Amino acid sequence: MTDAAIAPLLVTEQRGTTVTTEQWPVRILLIGVAVAFLVLFLFMPLAAVFVEAFRAGIGAYFAAITEPDALAAIRLTLLVAAIAVPANVVFGLAASWAIAKFEFTGKSVLNTLIDLPFSVSPVISGLIYVLLFGGQGYFGAFLHSENIQIIFALPGIVLATIFVTFPFVARELVPLMQEQGTQDEEAALSLGASGWKTFFKVTLPNIRWALLYGVVLCNARAMGEFGAVSVVSGHIRGKTNTMPLHVEILYNEYNFAAAFAVASLLALLALVTLVIKVALEWRYADQIAASRRH
Amino acid sequence: MDARVLNEVNYPAAGDRGGTPAQWVRTVDVSAENVVRIFGTTPALHGVSLDIGAGELVALLGPSGSGKTTLLRILAGLDVPTSGRVLFDGEDALKLTVQERNVGLVFQNYALFRHMTVLENIGFGLRVRPRIRRPSRREIRRRALELLDFVQLTGLEKRYPSQLSGGQRQRVAFARALAIEPRLLLLDEPFGALDAKVRRELRRWLLEIHTKTGHTTVFVTHDQEEALELADRVVVMSEGRIEQIGTPDEIYDKPNSPFVYSFIGESSVLPVRVEQGKVWLDEHPLDLAAGAVPSGPARLFFRPHDVEVGNDLPGAIPGVVQGLRRHGGARRVDLEVGGRGDRVEIELPADYSLNLSGRVAVLPRRYRLYPATTQTNLS
Ligand SMILES: Nc1ncnc2c1ncn2[C@@H]1O[C@H](COP(=O)(O)OP(=O)(O)OP(=O)(O)O)[C@@H](O)[C@H]1O
Ligand SMILES: [Mg+2]
Repeated sequence: MTDAAIAPLLVTEQRGTTVTTEQWPVRILLIGVAVAFLVLFLFMPLAAVFVEAFRAGIGAYFAAITEPDALAAIRLTLLVAAIAVPANVVFGLAASWAIAKFEFTGKSVLNTLIDLPFSVSPVISGLIYVLLFGGQGYFGAFLHSENIQIIFALPGIVLATIFVTFPFVARELVPLMQEQGTQDEEAALSLGASGWKTFFKVTLPNIRWALLYGVVLCNARAMGEFGAVSVVSGHIRGKTNTMPLHVEILYNEYNFAAAFAVASLLALLALVTLVIKVALEWRYADQIAASRRH
Repeated sequence: MDARVLNEVNYPAAGDRGGTPAQWVRTVDVSAENVVRIFGTTPALHGVSLDIGAGELVALLGPSGSGKTTLLRILAGLDVPTSGRVLFDGEDALKLTVQERNVGLVFQNYALFRHMTVLENIGFGLRVRPRIRRPSRREIRRRALELLDFVQLTGLEKRYPSQLSGGQRQRVAFARALAIEPRLLLLDEPFGALDAKVRRELRRWLLEIHTKTGHTTVFVTHDQEEALELADRVVVMSEGRIEQIGTPDEIYDKPNSPFVYSFIGESSVLPVRVEQGKVWLDEHPLDLAAGAVPSGPARLFFRPHDVEVGNDLPGAIPGVVQGLRRHGGARRVDLEVGGRGDRVEIELPADYSLNLSGRVAVLPRRYRLYPATTQTNLS
């Protein structure tokens, strides 16, 4: 479109509108499209999950989620998240500290690499570990001789989950720490604080809300990850099935009520995550990098 | 700010030590010897040497990028020189870590801890001490409250930094730095972010604090008025070098280079020539002594207000009025002088009658001549 063509649209000032507000019909149309989209793709599926989950009654629902394989899946999911999330908190803190507060060669490379898991298909992320640690993989023979199982076992699932979720914490912290600079730390050091005290009393409190925000997102993804985990898990019922994998198995066995019952737990997790996320954004928007970038 | 109020307040620790400030401040003298700092390939300091006596109040003054902050950070231990030495009381300070140097630092933008109250900020340096040297909680609180009084912020202890004005934040930053009983106070543009009126108030306040506590104090500024008003001695820096060190009077009245002359105060410059011990403007001999300046092209510096004006002054600089501007209680006049269209600025009483394009002759009462080959760093 040429400038002349847009100009009348932008410049005409109607009553009650400014140059950047669209006119009423346009606004209604845009809002309508957005709402219809949300209903169709978000609310309906979400509602369907809960409706299907309770279709066979409350009793069947609780039976489905307390059945041993389901409990094993829940336990595994919690365990994986309990390892992957702290690991990524440590990694995220270290990486963002390095990027925000030091100058070193390769800094921009590191900064770019952090985003890598976002741009790689989760299936590939899982396959990397099969290639490395699987029976036919680079370290396969060695691991076999040492009797160490990584693929089709907990370590593989944890590795794949860590890989897929590692950007979440770092992405939140890097921009915030860059913006805050090093002056607070310098002040603390000059006041006599040791490196550790400076970190725990000054740095950490300065980033706590962004860190929590990152942890919440990281956790949601760690519990919900399907693709990468599916490749390395081996789908052994009661042993290496996480909740998303368990849902898939039940579904493939036409056990819809049970599948949706377990799925409803994941949906609940998503809702809780959403609530925490919104609450954090509302209260601490200025201290959370994401709300400004998205 | 009311000086009487200040005088009634004792320095926080005075209660348990008693006596005059000089007895309880363990302040140091500071020397920098040939300090060089190179960032990558850019030199920020080229061999700076400086001696600061115990209890002295010294200003580092210079244009942006002249290395003031770099020098201050090296004294504080936040940065290390590429080469050279730093001595506190004659002992090698470079061996000491930031924490061990025990230096009170105040940053331009305060760097207060935003998640701590005013009181927690002030007590921070005491709270993070290793257990054996850490005062009790009650003692920390008592001292922090005393310091809060000292900086005249009584009653604000529960506020967070975001709930304070700029001037109040600056004072909290001071109190926080004083709480560790520093051996040396380093201030980087302490009033840089404040408006002119608050700056003036805080200047007086800083001077009183200094008189009272007797800390050796180095402050960075690029406000010459601030430097000249506050400091015992002023260090003028330019491009990583010290141009001149001296008392405010020496710096203002006897600038040792064209740079210092034009950087400090207002100045007018005129290209002239020195021949046979006389100063020439084109073909006019001026009634000015050339002193020790060698023959050849030279530059004449004088202050706009330091001139005599008249039409029958022998050996004066003839000029044509090109512009007239009101400047406070005086009038600024732009004069075109000599055949090459050089311009100088002079200041006259507001009631002096002059017209545009009128002719007038001026003779600097006080002036300095520098051989033209000396570089001026200010363009
Ligand atoms: N960390 C750094 N890395 C690279 N160059 C730096 C660094 N810090 C300072 N410099 C350079 O050193 C020179 C001196 O900087 P410095 O901050 O000491 O100046 P300053 O006199 O404090 O200036 P200002 O009045 O603007 O604060 C500048 O050219 C600056 O670009
Ligand atoms: Mg500076």
